[in-house]
Amino acid sequence: MIAELGLVALWLCAALAGLQLVAGIAGLQGSAGLAGLAMLARPAALVQALLCALSFGVLLYLFAVTDLSVNLVAMNSHSDKPMIFKLSGSFGNHEGSMLLWVTVMALAGGLIAALERRLPERTMMATLGAQAFVALGFYAFLLLSSNPFERLSPAPAQGNGLNPLLQDIGLAFHPPTLYFGYVGLSVAFSIVVGALLTRQVTPEFARVMRPWILGAWVLLTIGIVAGSYWAYYELGWGGWWFWDPVENAALMPWLAATALLHSASVLASRDALRAWTVLLGVIAFSMSMLGTFLVRSGILTSVHAFAVDPERGSFILALLTIYIGGALVLFALRAGTVAEGERFTVMSREGALVVNNVALSAILGIVLLGTLYPLLTEAFDVRVSVGPPYFNPVSAIFVLPMLVVLAVGPLLHWRRDSFARIRPMFLALVGLGAVVLLGVWLWSGIAILPLLGITLAAMVAVGSLLPLRGRNLRRMPLAVWGMVIAHFGVAVALFGMAADTAYQQERLVAANVGDIIEVGPWTGTLAGVVPVSGPNWQSIEASLAVSYKGGEPIMTHPQARAFWSPPTETSEVALVTRWNGQLYAALGNQAEDGRWQVRLWWKPFVTWIWYGGLLIALGGAIALMGRLSVDLRRRWAQRKIADRKVDQAERAAG
Amino acid sequence: MTTGIKPKHQRLVLLVIALVALLGAGLLAAWALRNQANYFYLPQEIVADAPAPDEAVRLGGMVETGSIRTDADGITVHFIVGDGAARVPVRFTGIVPALFVEDSGVVAEGSMGTDGTFIASNLLAKHDENYMPSELEGMSREEVREQVEATVL
Repeated sequence: MIAELGLVALWLCAALAGLQLVAGIAGLQGSAGLAGLAMLARPAALVQALLCALSFGVLLYLFAVTDLSVNLVAMNSHSDKPMIFKLSGSFGNHEGSMLLWVTVMALAGGLIAALERRLPERTMMATLGAQAFVALGFYAFLLLSSNPFERLSPAPAQGNGLNPLLQDIGLAFHPPTLYFGYVGLSVAFSIVVGALLTRQVTPEFARVMRPWILGAWVLLTIGIVAGSYWAYYELGWGGWWFWDPVENAALMPWLAATALLHSASVLASRDALRAWTVLLGVIAFSMSMLGTFLVRSGILTSVHAFAVDPERGSFILALLTIYIGGALVLFALRAGTVAEGERFTVMSREGALVVNNVALSAILGIVLLGTLYPLLTEAFDVRVSVGPPYFNPVSAIFVLPMLVVLAVGPLLHWRRDSFARIRPMFLALVGLGAVVLLGVWLWSGIAILPLLGITLAAMVAVGSLLPLRGRNLRRMPLAVWGMVIAHFGVAVALFGMAADTAYQQERLVAANVGDIIEVGPWTGTLAGVVPVSGPNWQSIEASLAVSYKGGEPIMTHPQARAFWSPPTETSEVALVTRWNGQLYAALGNQAEDGRWQVRLWWKPFVTWIWYGGLLIALGGAIALMGRLSVDLRRRWAQRKIADRKVDQAERAAG
Repeated sequence: MTTGIKPKHQRLVLLVIALVALLGAGLLAAWALRNQANYFYLPQEIVADAPAPDEAVRLGGMVETGSIRTDADGITVHFIVGDGAARVPVRFTGIVPALFVEDSGVVAEGSMGTDGTFIASNLLAKHDENYMPSELEGMSREEVREQVEATVL
């Protein structure tokens, strides 16, 4: 019964989305006769959000009680699993994650219907209509080809379990975070479509869109950082970014959202880059949908696997074509009517932000081509994979100049500036870069990319703090603080990446109990190897005493773990974190002569990658708070003014 | 640069720079993809037409029965990958994946040495009962089985 309740709620959501679409169109027409219908758009969005949340709640409940008569639960859960992984298992599969996607989308739609009052009413109606149109496609996809509440008869005695690689606390929060980010961009997309339909591409429109972009971007950032750390400690290979298509699927919307964030801020404060911002708004959500398609259609495993079960893949592909193609056609039709914005010179804050946007778009294109290329060649029966030898150098060609501009861009004035004004600061930064470059190169001749990475990290770190110079820190707007912190985070993350790439040390040995293993400044002693067991796994666990530069030894316990439902083995690495890096220990197999394979890495400053990523997200969150508090204050002031007018009117009347 | 050019022209300059940069990125990516893409080989293909020793490639096939041998250092593994038509010796230093066993599919990432031994930097084996590395997927299960049998017999 409970499962059917969820399904009914979902069907009602789809019906409400249809109503919202019709009401939105009526509102866009703006004729008085249809006003009654248009009034339904906001309530339809609100009720839809509640029903979707109910539907997702039902799925969580079914997983919590392990209702094996539901196909999805039987396929992906197991009654022996810890509760947190039962719950996270609900979105660790195709149907559940798509339900999560539409739920988040409905919540975002409900939120915008409830809160947004700044847009002109017709644009608002067009926005709600566009949001409903997108949602409708995904409801159809869910209900027609991926019903999460499908029953299984007869119910099996036990479920299949969840892939143990995914039985991790990281997974519990990773997909929802990413989805909130993806879907947050759907709001930007809808607002863009609304503004195009009513030809209202104005700074006000950018100001309405900006908090949504910021929020989505913060969540995408957190999702990518968390995903990178998860891959780092769960896969046991010591790497933090593999240029895996699934990672790229999250990176591409992030790149587009980063560009959009900056161009929307130009539009909001300077009324320039109008058409470009609109185009980026379309691209950003298109990348979210493309990412979902890549991850969810099975096309990544193989084009052949996709062809075996083509229904879902074709469905998402059709949705992609309709939404992206439709939005681009609308853009092509209306771009000519978007008036030219304010002008600016090349040497200005806007000019620097254009460089940022062009570079980010170029990187996006490079990642997109590299991700799709294997799919294209496979269609011609040539199997290739594209990895770091392509992505690293090719994207670096655009990342490195972008970082130079990042260091100096925020120092420039809006509209027009002269190089002479910032020359002292620019020369100081270049001097700093030259000193770091030479110093690092002479001290430890490392490869060119990490060397440039460390140099630019120093320049960006100092450059990002320069906007604070000569300002009253207490009175500085939160948005500026956000920018400074996020840019500083870029420097921190960049330094971590470069330092880890250049200076990591690895040691792989087969060791007897009692053997001593040295790697970099660390000395490890294999103290013993014992079997241990958990709720749904058994492990071989090593006890490894490690000491940094002969200091107090720390006991670590890397494991080789075997799960039995489904049968899978994973490597549970042991990490020792210091401020200046991490020791990473993995336990391998036992050789015939009884020795154990032990792999140790000393990864200097590797944690700075994720600290930097979190700083970037924190900067975004602070900027978001700044924007929201300004908006709240404005609303409050408007209400005061309105109250006063009413007062005056009453007084005049009385 | 800021003086003497009309704002309208500056706008044009920016547009041209942006277009050139994006076009350049596309061309660069296309060129780099041709050179840096990591090609997948079956043993018969790699024997017939070996890639250069510095070229990163992937080799996929079945691990031959009885061919897995570990060196005295305990971490270097030698084995033979076959597809029924050809056999390629592979050397790998590292921790082999849990499901790396004889008679099973494997994809080795690395490069072809001049002596005809494939030097693997990474091994991808089946993750679970339902999973096959994507390149082996291309052969039908029957073909894979035929090849296993051809290797065993």
